Amino acid sequence: MDPALTAKLRILADAAKYDASCASSGAPKRVAGPKGLGSTSNGICHAYTPDGRCISLLKILLTNYCLFDCAYCINRRSSNVKRARFSVEEVVKLTVEFYKRNYIEGLFLSSGIIRTPDHTMEQMMLVAKILRRDHGFAGYIHLKTIPEASPWLIEQAGLWADRLSINMELPLQQSLEKLAPEKSSATINNAMGQMHERIVEAKEERRRFSPAGQSTQMIVGADEANDEHVLRTSDMLYSRFAMRRVYYSAFSPIPQASAILPAKPPPLQRENRLYQADWLLRYYGFSVDEIASGGEHGMLDLEIDPKLAWALKNRHRFPVDVNKADREMLLRVPGLGKRAVDRIVLARRHTRLRLDDVARLSGALRRARPFLMTDDYHPAALTDRIDLRQRIVPPAKQLSLF
Amino acid sequence: MLTRIVLKEGADLEGFRRAVRMLLARDVRPDEVMWVTADTPGLFGSAVDADAPPLSLPRAVRPLCEMVVCHSDPERYALLHGLIHRIARGERALLEVASDPLVHRLNIMAKSVRRDIHKMHAFLRFRKVDGERGERFIAWFEPDHFIVEAVAQFFIDRYRAMDWTILTPKGSLHWDRQALHLGPPGDRRMAPDGDDFEDGWRSYYESTFNPARVNPDMMRTEMPKKYWRNMPETAAIPALLRQAASRTGAMIEQEPAAAIKRNPAKAVAAMADQEPRSLAELNRIIAASEPLVPGGTRAVLGEGPQHPAIAFVGEQPGDQEDQQGRPFVGPAGQLLDKALAEAGIDRRKTYLTNAVKHFKFEQRGKLRLHKSPTAGEVKHYRWWLMKELDFVRPKLVVALGATAVLALAGKAMPVTRARGPAEFGGLHGYITVHPSYLLRLPDAKAKAEAYAAFVEDLKRVAAMAA
Repeated sequence: MDPALTAKLRILADAAKYDASCASSGAPKRVAGPKGLGSTSNGICHAYTPDGRCISLLKILLTNYCLFDCAYCINRRSSNVKRARFSVEEVVKLTVEFYKRNYIEGLFLSSGIIRTPDHTMEQMMLVAKILRRDHGFAGYIHLKTIPEASPWLIEQAGLWADRLSINMELPLQQSLEKLAPEKSSATINNAMGQMHERIVEAKEERRRFSPAGQSTQMIVGADEANDEHVLRTSDMLYSRFAMRRVYYSAFSPIPQASAILPAKPPPLQRENRLYQADWLLRYYGFSVDEIASGGEHGMLDLEIDPKLAWALKNRHRFPVDVNKADREMLLRVPGLGKRAVDRIVLARRHTRLRLDDVARLSGALRRARPFLMTDDYHPAALTDRIDLRQRIVPPAKQLSLF
Repeated sequence: MLTRIVLKEGADLEGFRRAVRMLLARDVRPDEVMWVTADTPGLFGSAVDADAPPLSLPRAVRPLCEMVVCHSDPERYALLHGLIHRIARGERALLEVASDPLVHRLNIMAKSVRRDIHKMHAFLRFRKVDGERGERFIAWFEPDHFIVEAVAQFFIDRYRAMDWTILTPKGSLHWDRQALHLGPPGDRRMAPDGDDFEDGWRSYYESTFNPARVNPDMMRTEMPKKYWRNMPETAAIPALLRQAASRTGAMIEQEPAAAIKRNPAKAVAAMADQEPRSLAELNRIIAASEPLVPGGTRAVLGEGPQHPAIAFVGEQPGDQEDQQGRPFVGPAGQLLDKALAEAGIDRRKTYLTNAVKHFKFEQRGKLRLHKSPTAGEVKHYRWWLMKELDFVRPKLVVALGATAVLALAGKAMPVTRARGPAEFGGLHGYITVHPSYLLRLPDAKAKAEAYAAFVEDLKRVAAMAA
């Protein structure tokens, strides 16, 4: 590959990596036409980097020159980071060539704001348009949308992209004002609302507009918002704008950090717990209040997952009888995932379940045991033991000297 | 007596199906069967009769068999036979009992095959060679199970217009943009040992890694080491891990620095100024934009003087307008011209435009059939229309037909009831029918009456705007 292009790719991939979103699922099923390239899937991770994150899409910025000055962002205009700018053709070429070699599922394109939000959005939209129209590209395209861009550009972006997203950035309005002076909560909310309207309308009228919906991201640990604030914001985003996903990005130390940021990054475990809580909200019938009640002072318990935390504080609701309990209650048993519950509900129509049976249906019986009963098993006093938490939580790992 | 069944090496779904039909027809118990595989099945053991009757089994059995026959476990056929035997002998819902030890084991096997297929979709890497037919892509991959045929359709769907070959120790696939050919096992040395884009790809891999979040266990769970030797980017892993701690330390210790470049204050101030400043600028944007309705070939812009007494807003350009690039020049436009003349309005002194700027149509043979824009499409164009009227600033704006009313009022209203003077968000307006409505009326008498009413409307409009 041309060394100058590689040098730009290094800068603009580095600049894009703080966006956590990586999904390549949810797009309508497509296959390559006779002259086209690409298809959609249920989401494929083509590689994993040593931070354990997946590479699904070519995630890059069109440019990391930026007129905004968001304190948490490595690309803010006052940062001394190295800058670069791709041409539209260069992004198209990288996407096509990487795709042909089966490195990626498609493109995730974002950009620093240059000249005006409209100019920037138009360049991004052009990349998607050329890929689709001139290369018959049927792979996945995710465009990061600039909330300040004019509606006509969003309309066009939605014609080509599978997913559009606008970043929430921070859960508290006052933090956004302080850390991102050029952004406004009202503009962001407004843009998300319009996006939602457009997506719903297009679906009803059977038109193509961002068929994989919209998603967003919040940075966690860059301001004083606690987990409850974050989850309330997510809950609002899911119910009001029908977000497909809310991504949480633990604020990570960046080179050239701004002086107004916390010096210490939040523990990565916090991000993980937020994702678990997010799943409880969406698929397990939990409310924000219930999830928050498992922790202390609006923060989730870092040591144990939020479902277990809730169960430990609500022991009067356990043990649950695997052969009788309704689905809603089974979903609340720590260690029983959605799939395990579905299998239990199906299997018990035909047979009575014993503990061995449950062991085959759930991969986490150790955690589930104190909270359930079967024909041949009852946890008896175990559920109410004061040291139950210590019995379930694995002992802290010894520090390794390597 | 033991029945010996010989199937082909690999995933022999067809052979297994025939064998199971025969075994059930003859009522052979699973523990009376010995399953073997061989390159040339016909030579050993008992031949399988081709014509045992098909079995009627629950729907979920087939996809399970399709996966499990790909498994590398030599017991796979015996286990599946055991399952089908029990189902056929009365346990119809057996597959729903996932806690049953046999079902559990088969589910785990199927999962392992699905995972292998998924990882092959994900981790296979093509390398390009230039052949006489142009580019050709070759990959070497080492799957755990017999999945080579099972992955073929995925790569065809994705790389239909490419020539490619996938080589594995368990068989090979060759696609020539027309047909798939299955070949014998390949050899790593038959694949090229590099590709021009691999250094770029490795650079991307290195740059997208965040050293502050190092988590190699997670990486290895999802991307086990056995795959690494056929993935060019993994060569970067040792160095990335080695340097992660020192890179992160350096980031945290680095003092916040003042910006070296001067503050681009002017550019920041100018950034918010992105609205078009004139009608000409707006028209340039509209002309350069992709149609937001299917069909449209070019934008048909508004026409006429700015600050006129009257502006007319129609629905969308039609076939004639699309060809000529001007509004109201087709049959409806000619009728409007006639009515305007009768009402004493000079068309050249009015502004004429449409709610939707592109001709939405459906191609039927040679005909381009007009299609009404949907509410969502009208909304897409509304932003442009409102800007346009901001620049044009007519004394009175006339909505011709329901689409124009929807665009100007922002909500749908029946023209028959709303006909007459109206307010459109601060603009004085008037609602009447679209001239194409007059053309569509079948009955001559109704047509004449409707036309007369339309001319009356235009006369009132002229009076209001005077």
